[in-house]
Amino acid sequence: MKAIYNRELDSYFHSGLAYIFGAFLLVFVGLAALVYNINGAVANFEYVLAAICLGFVIIIPLLTMRSITEERRQRTDQLLYSLPLNMYEIVCGKYLALLTVFAMPMVIVACYPLIFSRYGDVYLLSAYGSMFAFILLGAAWLAVGLFISSVTDKLAVSAGVTAVVILANYYASSLGDTIGGFFAKVVSAISLFEHFYVFVNGIFDISAVIYFVSVIALFLFLTVMMMEKRRYS
Amino acid sequence: MIQIEHLSKCYGSHKAVDDISFTIEDGHIYGFLGPNGAGKSTTMNIITGCLSMTEGTVSVCGHDIFDDPIEAKKCIGYLPEIPPLYIDMTPIEYLSFVARAKGVAKDKIEEEITRAIERSGIENVSDRLIKNLSKGYKQRVGIAQAIIGEPQLVILDEPTVGLDPKQIIEIRDLIKELGEKHTVILSSHILSEVQQVCDKLIIINEGKLVANVDTKDVDGDLEEFFLTLTGEERPAQALTETETTEIESAETEPENPEDAEQEASDESNL
Repeated sequence: MKAIYNRELDSYFHSGLAYIFGAFLLVFVGLAALVYNINGAVANFEYVLAAICLGFVIIIPLLTMRSITEERRQRTDQLLYSLPLNMYEIVCGKYLALLTVFAMPMVIVACYPLIFSRYGDVYLLSAYGSMFAFILLGAAWLAVGLFISSVTDKLAVSAGVTAVVILANYYASSLGDTIGGFFAKVVSAISLFEHFYVFVNGIFDISAVIYFVSVIALFLFLTVMMMEKRRYS
Repeated sequence: MIQIEHLSKCYGSHKAVDDISFTIEDGHIYGFLGPNGAGKSTTMNIITGCLSMTEGTVSVCGHDIFDDPIEAKKCIGYLPEIPPLYIDMTPIEYLSFVARAKGVAKDKIEEEITRAIERSGIENVSDRLIKNLSKGYKQRVGIAQAIIGEPQLVILDEPTVGLDPKQIIEIRDLIKELGEKHTVILSSHILSEVQQVCDKLIIINEGKLVANVDTKDVDGDLEEFFLTLTGEERPAQALTETETTEIESAETEPENPEDAEQEASDESNL
């Protein structure tokens, strides 16, 4: 698994994707922090995270579209299949590399509330609670994106479908509210963004944490199954 | 080494491999022959664990490829028809990744990479990006990948396809060298190549095993023998003769690694 993890991480830095991803994330956070915390003089950093979570529509497909799709396009998946590694090691290695690239700019973002706290009364607990949920939200979307990249061998399809799925999930609760009734409850229950907003409202929701972790585990499992299925086709 | 019993593979209603059984013994170079679509690549992909079988069993070094794939794959080095190369890496980086993935001990990795690079003759290009290498050198990197970790069995699926005659000779010599330390299975369309390199022949046609013989036991012309078994028409022979002539004429040219390097450099400039 470590070999796969190292190779993937190297490829994200060699191709420049890690830098582009980091730059996008930091620009989104920077702009939102400027608007809310500096110009708006609001002390809640969690509002910044809530405002930029729509940015996942751009940055998640950017990172995940090549992950498995590119292996199939270059036919390097045959190497992975013939190496003495099981499919869980391969998929987890790839996923952990994605997670590392996502976590790196978040280390910088984690300094923002501390910096702001020097100039005002920042609610650090709710800021870092939201940041924890934001990382889980991103991690869940990375798992979904990884799965989608295992389904197709076209980069545009991989990126496009991932973006549409994230966007649909983002607006699903608004749609649910419009329609109302049981549908609204179902959509709200499965929406990843809705579970994140609970943290933004200052509540550390354990059930949401379990939900995020379950989504990650489910989509990694589905990715493994999709890779295994190719052996049988 | 390899025990294949009643192996079948179906793609929908099409039976690509149909109930074949044979044994691969240690210390030989096997030629795996058959017309296009005969099931050679499918069989090789099943042996290496890249593909599942519909029926039958494959045992590699005593390990079933389905029940104990990790241990079975440790015994195999595989070069598929299209070399599975990460083109944004240098050969050294790529081989280092493969060595780690194959579980080569940390203190042995450098030694293993050096050995594979020397044996496959890519010393001159080992620090250049794979995407800038010529096809012949890419093939050699693929072979270096296959022999990393000293696997007992090396499987090469049409390693000379698309190469120029000079490169074909170089790869052929390399395969002969590999045969001194490894059991090799070589799939090829070029009968003269197989005759020169392999000491055992396995021929399949339409998914069925039609011959499993020693090369020296083939009476007379291998082409005639192959055509008889596969029921192919004569025009196929004309192609083989052309390729043979090209190879023979190239054999008289002096080998100069700088030519190949120049070619690689030309490609990178395109």
